[in-house]
Amino acid sequence: MRRENMDRLLIVEKIEKRYERTHVLGAKKEVAALQGVSFSLRRGSTLALVGESGSGKSTLALCIACLERPTSGRIFFNESEITACDEKRLREVRPQIQLVFQDPARALNPRFSALEIVSEPLLVQGRLDKPEREDRARSLFAQVGLPQEKALQRVEEFSGGQRQRLAIARALSLEPKLLILDEALSSLDCSVQAQIANLLMELQASLGLTYLFITHDFAMAGHLADEIAVMEQGKLVELGPADKLLRAPGQEVTRRLIAATPRLCAAAPAPKAV
Amino acid sequence: MRYFLRRLMQAAFLLIGVSILTFLFSTLAPGNYFDEMRLNPQISPETVAALRAQYQLDRPLPVRYARWVNSLLRGEMGFSFAYNSPVAPLLWVRARNTLLLTFTATLIAWALALPLGIWSATTLGGFADRALSWATAALLVIPDLVLALGLLILAVRSGWFPSGGMLSVGFESLTPWQKLRDVAWHMELPLLALVLSALPILVRHVRAAVADVLHAPFLRAAASHGIPQRTLLYKYALRAAANPLISLFGFSMGALLSGSLLVEVVMSWPGLGPLLLEAILARDLYVVIGGVLCSTVFLVAGNFLADVLVYWADPRIRAGAATK
Amino acid sequence: MTTLLQVHDLHVGYISRAGNRSPALEGVTFDVRPGEILGVLGESGSGKSTLALALLRLLPGNGEILKGAILFEGRDFLQIEPRTLERIRGARLALIFQEPSLALHPTMRIGEQLSDVLAAHESGSRKELRQKVLQLLAEVFPTDAVRVADSYPHQLSGGQQQRVLIAQAIACGPSLIVADEPTASLDPTTQQEILSLFRSLRDKFNLSLILITHNPALLPGLADRILVLYAGTVVEIGPTEIVLTSPQHPYTRALLQTVPGRQVRQANESRSLLPVIPGEAPNLSALVNGCRFEPRCTDRLNQCTQREPAEVAVSEAHSVSCFKYGG
Repeated sequence: MRRENMDRLLIVEKIEKRYERTHVLGAKKEVAALQGVSFSLRRGSTLALVGESGSGKSTLALCIACLERPTSGRIFFNESEITACDEKRLREVRPQIQLVFQDPARALNPRFSALEIVSEPLLVQGRLDKPEREDRARSLFAQVGLPQEKALQRVEEFSGGQRQRLAIARALSLEPKLLILDEALSSLDCSVQAQIANLLMELQASLGLTYLFITHDFAMAGHLADEIAVMEQGKLVELGPADKLLRAPGQEVTRRLIAATPRLCAAAPAPKAV
Repeated sequence: MRYFLRRLMQAAFLLIGVSILTFLFSTLAPGNYFDEMRLNPQISPETVAALRAQYQLDRPLPVRYARWVNSLLRGEMGFSFAYNSPVAPLLWVRARNTLLLTFTATLIAWALALPLGIWSATTLGGFADRALSWATAALLVIPDLVLALGLLILAVRSGWFPSGGMLSVGFESLTPWQKLRDVAWHMELPLLALVLSALPILVRHVRAAVADVLHAPFLRAAASHGIPQRTLLYKYALRAAANPLISLFGFSMGALLSGSLLVEVVMSWPGLGPLLLEAILARDLYVVIGGVLCSTVFLVAGNFLADVLVYWADPRIRAGAATK
Repeated sequence: MTTLLQVHDLHVGYISRAGNRSPALEGVTFDVRPGEILGVLGESGSGKSTLALALLRLLPGNGEILKGAILFEGRDFLQIEPRTLERIRGARLALIFQEPSLALHPTMRIGEQLSDVLAAHESGSRKELRQKVLQLLAEVFPTDAVRVADSYPHQLSGGQQQRVLIAQAIACGPSLIVADEPTASLDPTTQQEILSLFRSLRDKFNLSLILITHNPALLPGLADRILVLYAGTVVEIGPTEIVLTSPQHPYTRALLQTVPGRQVRQANESRSLLPVIPGEAPNLSALVNGCRFEPRCTDRLNQCTQREPAEVAVSEAHSVSCFKYGG
């Protein structure tokens, strides 16, 4: 049991998250954003979380990143529980789980220079002094494929793909173990998506990262992920190896989502109903 | 609904707080109304002490405050030593005059600021826009006091305007229409001073708000549907720019109010300003408190009005308030 | 009329505040026939949004049409007066903007925003307009028309807002609609719904549609022809099937290869890297001589750095701008 668990970087057990909404007339309505979600993530692998808007994917990401507290359930990271831990423990855990968001234009301060963006987390952590921070930032630049000449330029002068590389570099600055990519490729052009997807795969191989890849693009999920989890209305409805799920989806929801994914060759084999 | 009830309660707390603070500061300030009398050798110290006791100035603070609140509830708002009458009737007359002035000034200032600001925004960077910028900057730099005094000098020298007051001699014998014209004539100069001091900021804000909106995607989308230019400007752009401007409206009422006190004093307009100034100098305690409270009520009412208008104008605020 | 829209040698540029000129579109030539859906495939920086705005002559203050001709329904679109332009826009030719949440007025009800469009081109009493508005909304919202008419934009989902934009576009029965990335921020299921809505509207009203997108996977089964835009120029244009299955221009070919999911991975097959187009789209204000795609192209020839290729017909309906085929 223990050895099996050591292999799992992240274990999510029966997570529930409920929000309360108050209506105009004062009636309170409870919204269940997550209902009994459980899964685990193997070290060094990629799990794609697929679902439509409102399915709860982003809420789940926030809970795992310790930015939201689940109403009930437990989350284990690196063999210890992080669900209801105190500030001190959180401060140790948070650098190990980093997020990359969908819209780099909004996630990055456009007036900062690229160097400032990437070294900001290091500055906050207070571990290195200025020259060390700059060195580290520049080496991260190289790792994500950004030219060194752009280091002092402001974010507003970067293209969409470059900004996303910058966001990834920033996320890597604290040497995380788990990277949560929340629709990180969705606002990018097709050819740029391919470049960033490749970058992510290379980084995973060289740094041993684990990815939670949230998307509604089944094609990209099938390309990048080892396993795919399908969510609908706060519940995890299907979970399995990527290739198997794509060829023979078990649930109706999955089949519907796969069918809705735009496909280039109309002649691609349609997923068989099991 | 609950949104507004909450705002009303907040306003009420604010008023209570202001009244307590004013009370505190006024009584903590050294001296009282009767100090002047002590300088007069003909009045014995015992008389002064007796007067003080009569007006309860020797009681402890909380007791005096409680008595004042009591008086407030009875509609008297305390007692004025100088005028030898309850404060409330004094205030009402003066407050009415101040409101008349401020209200008219607000309307005129906005009536001018809107077209000027829109014009500026549509010709951004052009000659008219830059000229207006210069003019507003110049006006902003001139202190209100200098402006008011300058206008007063103009009035005295040229004889175009009355040099003070609100009513002419023999007012009583005028017909209602003549009475109106008389008041309006007296109001011209203070109005001019107030409008000139408020206009620059309003124009700049209108310009900024409209200029922002003119570049918004929804305006271009509406243009793509062939909606005519005039509709785009006056319906689409203005409505979208309304939000910040309505909040500004509330603030501008408050700002005009404080500005008006100064102008009233300079131009002898019988409003709250001169009353307050006299009362402060004479240590007429309850008039001071009453006057300050009155001003606060106007300020709060202005902001509350702005809240109501914004709520009515912007459905997103309504949705936000509902989910709180 | 065999062609509805003819664009010939269109050049569009922008002037920065410092006075620097940068071209956005150069030498764009194509046409659109009645009842046809033309897919314009272009990534960021290709000039696709500029094309949409230029077609409606809605370029922002610092943009201008430098050269070329646009003929719409037989009229010279660049020479007509502003009044006629206002009458045509929305009535004969409509534009659906990107980002539906930003394209709707935030504090006006949907019904009013729709009736304004109608009122701009047609006359009618308030009651008549309201009727028409509800009819229009029923075209795109089969069940919810009344509720939507009384809603504000922020009360609707992204897909619903997009439908409202479509309703605004078809309001006065135009013959051509230009849709700029209509499904960019939507879920796959909603995306499919919007795309089939386009299809059914085209069938019902015999509309022509210019569908601008960066995702080639949206076009099969929808577009009749595809025009590929790169760095402000047309590099390839032809029937959808042919362009997608046997693309001739190196950029088109490379772009299509970057789309994942062309083959479903076999069991136990390890994940592979996607073929990418190296480098980035060129900066249009700093162009050098030669073909714009040359720095990233894998099939370079000697001429490629000397001048820009001309358009060459590869088959009857299919042409490419590439030296591999002549030019």
